[in-house]
Amino acid sequence: MIDDWRPTATIVTLRERARLIAEVRTFFAERGVLEVETPVLGHGGSTDVHLASLSAEATTPAGRERLWLQTSPEFAMKRLLAAGAGPIFQLARCFRDGEVGRRHNLEFTMLEWYRPGLPLAALIEETTDLVRRVLGRESGDDPVPLRRRRYRELFREALGIDPFTVPIETLRRLAAERGGLAMDDAPRDDCLDLLMSLVIEPQLGRGGVEAVVDYPASQAALARRHRDPEDGEWVASRFELYLEGLELANGYDELTDAAEQAARFAEDNATRRAAGLPEVDVDVRLLAALEHGMPAGSGVALGIDRLIQLALGHESVAEVMAFATPRC
Amino acid sequence: MANYSTNEFKAGLKVMLDGDPCAIVENEFVKPGKGQAFNRVKLRNLMTGRVWERTFKSGESLEGADVLDLDMEYLYNDGEMWYFMKTDGSFEQYPVEKKALGDTEKWLKEQVVYTITLWNDNAISVSPPNFIELEVTETDPGLKGDTAQGGSKPATLSSGAVVRVPLFINEGEVLKVDTRSGEYVSRA
Repeated sequence: MIDDWRPTATIVTLRERARLIAEVRTFFAERGVLEVETPVLGHGGSTDVHLASLSAEATTPAGRERLWLQTSPEFAMKRLLAAGAGPIFQLARCFRDGEVGRRHNLEFTMLEWYRPGLPLAALIEETTDLVRRVLGRESGDDPVPLRRRRYRELFREALGIDPFTVPIETLRRLAAERGGLAMDDAPRDDCLDLLMSLVIEPQLGRGGVEAVVDYPASQAALARRHRDPEDGEWVASRFELYLEGLELANGYDELTDAAEQAARFAEDNATRRAAGLPEVDVDVRLLAALEHGMPAGSGVALGIDRLIQLALGHESVAEVMAFATPRC
Repeated sequence: MANYSTNEFKAGLKVMLDGDPCAIVENEFVKPGKGQAFNRVKLRNLMTGRVWERTFKSGESLEGADVLDLDMEYLYNDGEMWYFMKTDGSFEQYPVEKKALGDTEKWLKEQVVYTITLWNDNAISVSPPNFIELEVTETDPGLKGDTAQGGSKPATLSSGAVVRVPLFINEGEVLKVDTRSGEYVSRA
């Protein structure tokens, strides 16, 4: 008889998980952040070139139509912000096709929250506080330390190159060497992503939380851009939070400019066409909401399964999920 | 052969890489927060036994390798090739080169069944059974009364392998040996 009907997490772990999720809700209740629920299915999907969306055929009053399963609850939550919701959070089920591994699952739970009026630096602090709360190391003699690291500084230290100015040939050679693969005509960002994943990431967050800031402007996604005080290079107003070599969270100083957002969607779909990837329907309602006006502020998405994995000392996200993808 | 995409890579899958058949040992999906996803893959080159670590962009694919493991009985050596026979009753014989035989040469014994790895119907490697019984052809004379001391001495076996054996073992005795560690287990 096959034995794979059984949960991938033990019942004891699932009890602990429930306790930690309750802790997250308390954290936000204390801070006056409203819990919301938004649809998993939407008319618009994520155009992000590096995310593969799943979709479903549905019968609605409009007839038979294609709806996208969210890769994050970002668009719907931003529409709530534009409608005047104030600070909001959500524990949302998200779907990313093909992403299965020790740290990934096809569907997973994203803890996402938005803070109108809050600068990015303050959101980094708040995200670290949440991490401390879930790890149970909030105060006393053992609070988890936080360190801010600039993207450029990390590449200089680990690889001796400036990721923004290094010639593309050098970058490709370095990526090919470290990864053992041909990177002959790889775009700049793919080389940087490879080096980030293989060389830099595994060393991040050892002994405390590390927040990586000032990403290349080309990797801004839905974040604003600003000039690096060092030399005026454009950088993305974004951070990623790392602990124990695991990427936990991704935060933005949110883009509120509807035209800029529309241009980035179009650019993504053009890149998708060129790469032979399926185009994704743009969320026109998000664009309309931005047009109406969304308050400036910051937002962050945190992979709560990974944080629970670390808090409970497990090796994979599957061990903290009732039924991980292969057994779903 | 079919092509396999990175998301179908799992331990044991046989694929072609740089012209050699390889077995996937481990496949890890890695992805920075936002950006290109990669698969960090460990593969064992079936020709050399060496383990390679390679990175692939997620979604890339490799051609499958026509690799098959079969049980075959060792027959004889004609000075150039070693001959094995299928155990499925077909009496079909396969010649094996010295290079493919590798270290297994020192564990060869007629009528014992080995695992032969075939690639495009050619033998590329031979694995011995985990345990094999072989006769001692050469060793120093056995020492009586030394069984408790746990000392050891080298002994040459009929297949040519040299193993450390207890001092009380004599020439002509048949021993059970673990081929993975090359260690003496017991008298057969």
